[in-house]
Amino acid sequence: MSSIHSEIERPLVEEARFSFSSHLYEWVSTVDHKRLGLMYIVSALLFLVIAGIMATVIRLQLAFPNGHVVDPDTFNRLFTMHGTTMVFLVGMPFVAGLSNYLVPLMIGARDMAFPRLNAFGFWIFLFGGFLLYFSYIGGSGLSGAGSAPDVGWFAYAPLTSRAFSRGASTDYWILGILVSGIGSIASAINVIVTTISMRCPGMTLSRMPMFVWVMLIDSWLIIIALPPLSAAQIMLLVDRFVGGNFFNTQSGGSAVLWQHFFWIFGHPEVYILIFPAFAILSEVIPIFSRKPIFGRPAMVGAVASIGFISLGVWAHHMFAVGMTSWSNTFFTASTMLVGIPTGIKIFNWTATMYGGKLRMATPMLFCCAFLFQFLIAGLTGIMLATGPFDWQLHDSYFVVGHFHFTLVAGLVFGLFAGMYYWFPKVSGRMYNETLAKWHFWLFTIGVELTFVPMHFLGFLGMPRRIYTYAPDRGWDFWNLVATSGLLFQLPAILIFVWNIVHSAIKGEPAGDDPWDAWTLEWATTSPPPEYNFETTPEVHSSRPLWDLKNPNDPDWRFE
Amino acid sequence: MDAVLSQRLPPKIGEWKLPDRGSMGIIFLIVTESALFTIFVVAYIVYAGKSLTGPYPKDVLDLPILASICLLSSSATIVFAEMALKKHKLGLFKLWWLATILLGLEFLVSTGLEWKKLIYEDHLTVSTNLFGTTFYSLVGLHASHVIVGMAFLILVMLVSLMGFPIESQERRVKFLSWYWHFVDGIWIVVFTVVYVIGR
Repeated sequence: MSSIHSEIERPLVEEARFSFSSHLYEWVSTVDHKRLGLMYIVSALLFLVIAGIMATVIRLQLAFPNGHVVDPDTFNRLFTMHGTTMVFLVGMPFVAGLSNYLVPLMIGARDMAFPRLNAFGFWIFLFGGFLLYFSYIGGSGLSGAGSAPDVGWFAYAPLTSRAFSRGASTDYWILGILVSGIGSIASAINVIVTTISMRCPGMTLSRMPMFVWVMLIDSWLIIIALPPLSAAQIMLLVDRFVGGNFFNTQSGGSAVLWQHFFWIFGHPEVYILIFPAFAILSEVIPIFSRKPIFGRPAMVGAVASIGFISLGVWAHHMFAVGMTSWSNTFFTASTMLVGIPTGIKIFNWTATMYGGKLRMATPMLFCCAFLFQFLIAGLTGIMLATGPFDWQLHDSYFVVGHFHFTLVAGLVFGLFAGMYYWFPKVSGRMYNETLAKWHFWLFTIGVELTFVPMHFLGFLGMPRRIYTYAPDRGWDFWNLVATSGLLFQLPAILIFVWNIVHSAIKGEPAGDDPWDAWTLEWATTSPPPEYNFETTPEVHSSRPLWDLKNPNDPDWRFE
Repeated sequence: MDAVLSQRLPPKIGEWKLPDRGSMGIIFLIVTESALFTIFVVAYIVYAGKSLTGPYPKDVLDLPILASICLLSSSATIVFAEMALKKHKLGLFKLWWLATILLGLEFLVSTGLEWKKLIYEDHLTVSTNLFGTTFYSLVGLHASHVIVGMAFLILVMLVSLMGFPIESQERRVKFLSWYWHFVDGIWIVVFTVVYVIGR
């Protein structure tokens, strides 16, 4: 261990006392990628709590038939805001936060390529989030109708036209997402340019950590796929404010065109959201299996091809609108194609674990659960990719179950793995392993209880977005089971928050490299100083710290 | 002895040079802007000929030949300005830069006159029909990019007239000219789609 520190020198960290206002000023005016990354993640977690409370209310409303927890209009607002928040104000800032914090550290750079653009991206994202939530106050507008947006997170036309969406609530949805999208694009361009132009000497593309590779492709997807949404939203603004006819069917406009434009963005978006989980797994599994990742080039190739194929699958969200059979066939085939690279990834992660010396710490537990649960989500995805199957289950709870399995049982598990894995680096302290294990098991049981029954409810014919149901449909039992999952999920989240907050203040000091890891972020102190590395590191293989720790058996001799 | 040592030490890293981050930034900005324009162009093509009522493009649109020539040749003048800057001929640089601004200005003025004619004489507005909606959106999106470009062109002109050593900003002038080329390239697409195919 000592050899690392002799090779890559420990920077000196000066401790100084500041007043609250100078602290605040420092955080607000910072252009440091680590602070911005943390602010992204903290705001994502805050929005996660808000949207989680909305989900709780939704589940309480649906727990029993003829529920009376909220009225129908409030219910519509709840699921709209829940979906919109989770995708744009939780998922996207997590992507930006993780890549902001980790990419420069992993490639041995001192900051992102454009630090001020980075700060701009964060603040404009946060402003977008506030704008969306301001709709609860300002959404009534001059005509006195509406509150928060209630058009669903994909805001299908013509429901969003002036005639059907009075007041300003839909405008807040448009502007909030448009503005936070600008932030996402700014941060994505920053990640791409950082990866291309800021790598430390010796860090060739073939030696770049898998995390950085996946985030690079993720950012590429963001800059290709987000502008279609912005364009469609600008068109919607033209329709709503100056009487345009883009989505006005009475003047020959097409409501289906909105669906096309939305899903041209929307489908790549789900890959944009799941890629950070792929990135985290590709770092965590090798470290906790004590083996280099299996089939590195195949992994990079798989992510790149998922990124490519995902741009040509969007209309599988639209089988039910009545496209030509050629379109249906094309989009069924292209969607199933995604299964191949995803399968490669699952097999490679499993193969990395095979024969490894497994350490079942919490990050690894979350990764293992991810593998099982994401596999199920992938399989239901392949089922829904089949046109006729989708006609039967479109807009049913089966779809809700499917995408919550990808995003909660998949993405969120990946994010928890990442947060536990990098927590010692970010805070300099170790989290409480016992509490973390409690969090893992409670959360896993809760997630299974909540989201598995949704698949059954879909088969039983329960449609999405209904605010209540009659008792004679046979949906009572599974709805109650789904809601009962909250009894496990909510304590799990509370334990997580307590663990993180408490450990950040009072945890055991973790040291610089508690996991005996191989990528460059573990070479600097925990938490890293503002300048990351005192001297720019040089790397000679894809596992630079392995080379330093094992000078007799370095990787560069074989790569 | 040397052989043993060379086995223990990693190979020396040769010269390490990565692409300039500014150039990369502007390239990926152009990529993401292209994605934005693509959707507007697709919307225009999808709705071409779908208007339920007049006026139709073939009745009211004239080919903006002069404006197109002006905008496209401004791509050449900005390159001449860049070359002059590289040779530190500041007078020549200012001259070509001014020419670029004037050519861009001509384009904006003739777009304005075209819109004035369409609105006052042909009574075509955004809300008239699908043609109006898609035409003003696509051409307007492009024009707004021209306006942004003009703002930066004028900024460079002003600071160099005020005596700022613009030759120290050769890189940024280059990025601005790339953006300007991009705006011109988009115009070729818009011209083809709106005035040639769409008519």
